Amino acid sequence: MSGFNKVVDSYEEAMAGLTDDMTVVAGGFGLCGIPENLIAEIKRKGIKGLTVVSNNCGVDDFGLGLLLPNRQIRKIVASYVGENAEFERQMMSGELEVELTPQGTLAEKMRAGGAGIPAFYTATGVGTPVAVGKDERKFNGRDYILEEAITGDFAIVKAWKADKFGNLVFRKTARNFNPMAATAGKITVVEVEIIVEPGEIDPDEIHTPGIYVNRLIQGTFEKRIEQRTTRPKGV
Amino acid sequence: MALSRDQIAQRVAKELQDGFYVNLGIGIPTLVANFVPKGIDVMLQSENGLLGMGQFPTEDELDADLINAGKQTVTMATGASIFDSAQSFAMIRGGHVDLTVLGAFEVDVNGNIASYMIPGKLIKGMGGAMDLVAGADNIIVTMTHASKHGESKLLTNCSLPLTGKACIKKVLTDLAFIEIKQGKFHLLERAPGVSVEEILKLTAGELVVPEYVPEMQF
Repeated sequence: MSGFNKVVDSYEEAMAGLTDDMTVVAGGFGLCGIPENLIAEIKRKGIKGLTVVSNNCGVDDFGLGLLLPNRQIRKIVASYVGENAEFERQMMSGELEVELTPQGTLAEKMRAGGAGIPAFYTATGVGTPVAVGKDERKFNGRDYILEEAITGDFAIVKAWKADKFGNLVFRKTARNFNPMAATAGKITVVEVEIIVEPGEIDPDEIHTPGIYVNRLIQGTFEKRIEQRTTRPKGV
Repeated sequence: MALSRDQIAQRVAKELQDGFYVNLGIGIPTLVANFVPKGIDVMLQSENGLLGMGQFPTEDELDADLINAGKQTVTMATGASIFDSAQSFAMIRGGHVDLTVLGAFEVDVNGNIASYMIPGKLIKGMGGAMDLVAGADNIIVTMTHASKHGESKLLTNCSLPLTGKACIKKVLTDLAFIEIKQGKFHLLERAPGVSVEEILKLTAGELVVPEYVPEMQF
């Protein structure tokens, strides 16, 4: 068996080593492309005090929202939240700390974290509550704020297809934050719909190289739709 | 008569040019896609990672892996591309998107915009709005001119926490098309049947009115 084989056999093994108070960086946008079974495993393990970095926090009974009822999340870093009642209750009562971060800044924080860049300047958020307490600097006459990178003890990622070496292919807009999250974990765990043999994916078609991936598991997915919008046939 | 949501979208659509890459926010801005003038090709950018957003899918086409930034299921137009969130905001922040249309709670004479948070009420977050207003040069804000209680949303100073500073140059409301420059609002057009006096009454920030203010054409 090759030392590059990242495949694990159980979700228990996939999330082994996650303990209380760790930071978890998660891929997904809304409920699209979320590592739904890895989240369910965190719920099952009963880990508490987590800092979760994710664009959103799921809904009441799906996605990261599943970690709210048992108070497993202490702090969430996200750009858009509040699609669920329990989240709202915990935020208003101060039980849950929320660090609102502009979406592009959040993506770049993960990217930078994974790329060994500790911080970057961006014009996003200048003159807004996001800029409070951050270094400001002018470049070419324009103001920018310094934003620090994010890494996690764990990154949890959903991809469509992988080979056993952890080379990943994402599908449509389920890609979103997943490639950045994959780079930003000390331990990156990826769940996919299909696992194939190394060499079966054209190297030119690989979105995330296996070097970023520590553990890989094949799962089955509900893929819940948040806003089901359709048009009639023939229009 | 004040414009309907569709009419606001219809007027915004007249600002589209052939070959424009456009990001449309949630709400009225989304409706702009329904009024793209004939003979003009635009490509819609959805910040969750899709350039070339198509119409809603039929039941047969429905795909949980294909949504827009409003989390609605969509399709891809011919020539679409898919990318990750960092790439998506590289195009936004890097100024590559030709036109951004988004909603707001308030805009002021210095081009400040407040659109994401009402203190004391539920805070949902800014999503991509802060990146969009910081990155785009060409932005149109769409909103109602005043609240239901008649309070102006075009102010001397925004009262709510800002989404962006000195970044808005054009506002299209249900009453007027307004440009912001040199610390003032400038009235460009009025909604059909709406008087300049009515607009002045509902504009809290200083509004410069030229001698002739044309009615909007659709």
